Amino acid sequence: MALHFSSAHPISALHPLLCFFLHDTYPEMEYASGLQRQLASMKKNLFDQGYLDEQFYQLEELQDESSPNFVEEVVTLFFRDSSRLVANIDQALQKYPQDFRRLDNFMHQLKGSASSIGAAKMKNECTSFREFCNKENREGCLRSFQKVKKEHAVLKQKLENYFQLLKQVGPVDKATHSGN
Amino acid sequence: MAIDPEAQFHVLAVDDSLIDRKLIERLLKTSSYQVTTVDSGSKALELLGLREDQDVSSPSSPDKNEIEVNLVITDYCMPGMTGYDLLKKMKGSSSLKDIPVVIMSSENVPSRINRCLEGGAEEFFLKPIQLSDLIRLRPYMLKGKLKEQQPSQHQETNSAISSSSNNNSKSNKRKAMDEGLSPEKTRPRFSSSSLALVTYEETT
Repeated sequence: MALHFSSAHPISALHPLLCFFLHDTYPEMEYASGLQRQLASMKKNLFDQGYLDEQFYQLEELQDESSPNFVEEVVTLFFRDSSRLVANIDQALQKYPQDFRRLDNFMHQLKGSASSIGAAKMKNECTSFREFCNKENREGCLRSFQKVKKEHAVLKQKLENYFQLLKQVGPVDKATHSGN
Repeated sequence: MAIDPEAQFHVLAVDDSLIDRKLIERLLKTSSYQVTTVDSGSKALELLGLREDQDVSSPSSPDKNEIEVNLVITDYCMPGMTGYDLLKKMKGSSSLKDIPVVIMSSENVPSRINRCLEGGAEEFFLKPIQLSDLIRLRPYMLKGKLKEQQPSQHQETNSAISSSSNNNSKSNKRKAMDEGLSPEKTRPRFSSSSLALVTYEETT
């Protein structure tokens, strides 16, 4: 996330990221709320940039006192499961002749899981892959799979950062997500 | 005889995906249902105590090594036994045929949806399942309980809710039906056993 502000401009106390950067001139309470704002901003970016969709909100709706870490648990499960599937697909792509049915089956599973956690970009790349699979286009599959892997890796990093920050600030008020 | 509104209903959820099992379990628990999850149709049948050579016996019979289930919700695409296969096996069993079955799928294939509804499924949900979808389950489970208590009673004659008056406009399963099928063909959605639908509140 690129942050840019000019020191020539008056510092607006309302600018969330400025507050974060100037935390050592503010009392601790400001620091904590600055982190919260950073978290909210991070989350907003994930949605605005299309990494996550409304299904992720559904996961949050399901989190409560009886299941306080539900979202992180599901996401952790997803990356464990999806990493295994990605490895399987990688292996299957090496084989000759190509078993497109098997590939499609793996990708169907991967797409399903991605969809279940709201991983929008990943889901879209999985759809592209399956289209190449249906046409038995090996080159297309290989190219598409690189994109799937990239989206997988990027999302993993972003969500790791998100949950790390979440731990620091404590649970974010559900009302802070956009669209509420 | 009135049904206790706080009555606990037990749902058996079948899905080969670990993530989806975790999700459906949470969804169902949040909706105040008791849940058991299994990862295959054959495990589901085992749990339900399916023995094709036996006649109907009381669900509370202590001899039967089975659990009481008010509804089965199953994924369609599963290795080995599909959700459709499971549906057919249950409908073909005298002891299990009255348990309502709901099928879920990540794929919107109208012919598949029709086949499941015609095969006796009460509903067909598109994944990812929403909390609002699960509210639709209650009437099927209530109907089951009523049937249990009044075995000689006539079928309930509540009106079928036509798909056009279904105001679940945000539901993607509605879109699924609209996209692929003509209005006449959407009627099978509430075919045969699923016509009895008590009123329920839609959440916004």
